[in-house]
Amino acid sequence: MAAFLHQVFSGLATGGIYASVALALVMIYQATHHVNFAQGEMAMFSTYICSSLIGWGLPYWIAFLLTLVIAFLGGLAIERIVVRPVEKAPVLSVVIVFIGLLVIINSMAGAIYSYTQTSFPSPFPSDAWYASSYINAHEVGSIVVTLAVLVLVYAFFRFTPLGLAMRAAAQNPVSSRLVGIRVGWMLGVGWGLAAAIGAVAGMMAAPIFFLDPNMMGSILLYSFAGALLGGIDNPWGAVIGGFAMGVLENLAGAYLVGTEIKLSVALIIIVGVLVARPSGLFGRQLVSRV
Amino acid sequence: MTSVSETAAAPGTRQIAGLSLTRWRAIGIVGFLAAACVLPFFLSNYHNLQLATVVIYAIALMGLNILTGFNGQISLGHGAFYAIGAYTTAILTTKFGVPYWATVPVAGVICLVVGFLIGLPALRLEGLYLALATFALALATPQLLKFKPLDPWTGGVQGVLLRRSASNPPWGLPLTRDQWLYFLCLAIAIPMFWAARNLIRGRTGRAIVAIRDHPVAAETMGVNIAIYKSAAFGVSALYTGVAGALGAVVVGFVAPESFPLFLSLSLLVGIVVGGLASISGAIFGAIFIEFVPNLSDELARSIPAIAQWLLGFTPSVAEQAATAAQWTIYGLVLIAFMYAMPTGVAGFIRLLWSRLARGFGEGG
Repeated sequence: MAAFLHQVFSGLATGGIYASVALALVMIYQATHHVNFAQGEMAMFSTYICSSLIGWGLPYWIAFLLTLVIAFLGGLAIERIVVRPVEKAPVLSVVIVFIGLLVIINSMAGAIYSYTQTSFPSPFPSDAWYASSYINAHEVGSIVVTLAVLVLVYAFFRFTPLGLAMRAAAQNPVSSRLVGIRVGWMLGVGWGLAAAIGAVAGMMAAPIFFLDPNMMGSILLYSFAGALLGGIDNPWGAVIGGFAMGVLENLAGAYLVGTEIKLSVALIIIVGVLVARPSGLFGRQLVSRV
Repeated sequence: MTSVSETAAAPGTRQIAGLSLTRWRAIGIVGFLAAACVLPFFLSNYHNLQLATVVIYAIALMGLNILTGFNGQISLGHGAFYAIGAYTTAILTTKFGVPYWATVPVAGVICLVVGFLIGLPALRLEGLYLALATFALALATPQLLKFKPLDPWTGGVQGVLLRRSASNPPWGLPLTRDQWLYFLCLAIAIPMFWAARNLIRGRTGRAIVAIRDHPVAAETMGVNIAIYKSAAFGVSALYTGVAGALGAVVVGFVAPESFPLFLSLSLLVGIVVGGLASISGAIFGAIFIEFVPNLSDELARSIPAIAQWLLGFTPSVAEQAATAAQWTIYGLVLIAFMYAMPTGVAGFIRLLWSRLARGFGEGG
């Protein structure tokens, strides 16, 4: 039982990381109906930036906040400079641009920071009072940070004028433009926020998975799967899907099959769920008018 | 070398330099084929191998284009069918002593069946959900190929080594092995492209395209969506499987790591850069995914001095930097292509062609 609980808790910790990235994916998806395949690489690069900042002697939390700002600006810049020119291009062309971005960011990280794995510090001391035999301090901390991010994002969209404007721009771009919302910039801010949320996920993931340019590959996949499992048009569903993915992955790895093919098993389960419920567990059923 | 959407523009009425567009196109195809037949005699073995790979990729891309371009079902997992085709050939030749040329149709049939069966659950999935399901397929393939209980067949992580001498030119033909393999691939590719063109132009093709453009209307017109969609999946897998089988023969070696996720992504890149829903697009795409990584590599290797100076690398790191620079350049080229030609090379040529024809029409 203790071992089982341990698996569930560490599943929740990685699930929190998936949930954050899933939330970032859903934010961009809701505004533009694109899935940003470069989201994971952006998070990875932000984590490297944080690592450099810490290396220069900044305290962890200052480096953390500074990284969020840099990630936000980076995401904003990528949307305004790289993605904007293909705004009206066919969907698959945009997907190819995202793949191009993924390749570029990945190899830039390889060139600048090399492909060797490095360790990344956790801000949560391993002998903290909240650590126990079921769950270690970083796992507790990472779950708390994830939940804090979710609450902040919710509050931002629910209670601030900018959040309202962004929701409006995503829901009805034309009318929003008519009432004076700068829809293009709202998209840019959305990308910035998504990049910052991804950066949090990267910084929480790096102490567990180690830092290397390819660290986000499987994380992005699990997050994508989690977002779809929960329903890609529902942020809460995506978050729950992300957490579910983490637990499912851990349990499948520990009890069903070995770690080598746990990814396949987890994905097969999800595809099975999706075949039964094509718009995800909490997604809206799409009804099209003929 | 055309696509369906273009035929509606009554090509016979537009003329360039006294010849109708259809005639020009025929000349283009004949010239292209002639060049394809003559070129290998002027190239080194290495370049012939590259040409053979281009032809193989073109077959695979044609398959993916039938599914994604014409039928509108996105697949991020066609590398899986490529792998199944390759492993079919490898296992049949090494374990059962089947001659390599006989394994190609077998690989095609196996992929047809597997593709059809995967197409059935895929019926319920659309857009992103289908992308995820096929993505899972691409990801699971190398893992399943490494799966321990299958080792006696797949050779596990080591893979299977094919006997290269088995694929030497037959009947004492005065060709090198690489030239022979190139011509073999070409001889298989030409009828397959011709078949794809007929498939797309005919009743089946119209049904497939109608499903992409408006499924409800297609169903109202009496198109059986379930059958056509699964069949499109099957045929698409058949093409990619044949390509995989030829790939195994040409490379002479298969291993789980030969079919990474990157292969599936490259195939998708190929059809979008080449041009969705276009037959010539498969060829342009194949040229792109075969040569652009190499060209960016050469470019990257010619600038390590600049990289050293710019980023302050020591020469020992410069090697790694060159690898990284290669893929950075590749990514930049990819994005630049999408900026310049959002509808792919084939779409760009089509646009150019129609402007040209209009210009001549107004002038004379």
